[in-house]
Amino acid sequence: MEDIKIDKKINIKGLICPYTFVKSKIAIEGMEVGEVLEILLDYEEASRSIPKSMEDHGHKVLKVEKINDTDWTIVVRKEKE
Amino acid sequence: MEFTEDQLQRYSRHIILPEVGGKGQKKILNAKVFIVGAGGLGCPVGYYLAAAGVGTIGMIDNDTVELSNLQRQIAHNTKKIGVHKVDSAKETFESLNPDVKVIGIKDRISKDNIKDLIKDYDIVVDGSDNFPTRYLVNDACVMLKKPLVSGAILRFEGQVTTILPGEGHCYRCLFEEMPPPGLVPSCQEAGVLGAITGVVGALQATEVLKLILGKGDILKNTLLIYDALKVNFRRVKVPKNSDCPVCSENPTITELQDYDAGYCRI
Repeated sequence: MEDIKIDKKINIKGLICPYTFVKSKIAIEGMEVGEVLEILLDYEEASRSIPKSMEDHGHKVLKVEKINDTDWTIVVRKEKE
Repeated sequence: MEFTEDQLQRYSRHIILPEVGGKGQKKILNAKVFIVGAGGLGCPVGYYLAAAGVGTIGMIDNDTVELSNLQRQIAHNTKKIGVHKVDSAKETFESLNPDVKVIGIKDRISKDNIKDLIKDYDIVVDGSDNFPTRYLVNDACVMLKKPLVSGAILRFEGQVTTILPGEGHCYRCLFEEMPPPGLVPSCQEAGVLGAITGVVGALQATEVLKLILGKGDILKNTLLIYDALKVNFRRVKVPKNSDCPVCSENPTITELQDYDAGYCRI
């Protein structure tokens, strides 16, 4: 998975639901289909809810990773407008 | 697609909906909706459209707030008695949401002013309480090809229909001519349960938002009838009338008429 090309990164540490998904969704809406978004967050519930919501919206979740004691990264590819 | 932090919070429950998102919310913010009447229906319609962030709301009403209005006209309050309804509603809606600009017109809508009033708006909402206005608004919207969301209430019953000129039915396809004066009671004579206006107004506001978003089905070729006592919603099919006097291919009504003839103001 190391060769995933990230087109855009956002840092939403400090945010809680639903603003975690609001920010992520606004970010992916502004991207092209096929581009990849990396989301850095520290709200545990969102590490589960964002991937589910992104799949519900028709996008592809490529990776969900806990990178240290407090933070996660989620990598999503935009699949449709 | 830039939102302020306040807007992201204010519209967060819209933005997370797949059918809305940031793009849909921008459409709502850019929309212009004209509401006929700042009374029982105009209040909840305007209230929810303002909350949703409809950027420009035009409203026309010539009346001032009376104590007897407050049982249902929720944009007004006891301190506003004697104030023009459009001024009262403007203050309420703009304080609810500073993204919204309300343009209030203290006048009666008529065949002479309606086309100028609605021509710059995307969608028209009829919240009037009388037949001459309802037919005037229908005919003007057909002539200018403006989508119209029409609502009516009486006693425990409400009706909603959405008119897309050129695509579906119009009000005259449903009821070709006005009922004779006196046949249908006004809500002054017959009463109305205040909460009904909220149900019907919220349905109208929902139709408007779906039109703005281009999502879902709308009440085209359909009359929705709500019976509060029986807790029943009924959908009645309304086909487009190929002989309709105003929206058919060969209309007999091509200019706005004097709709008030024989009608007292209610």
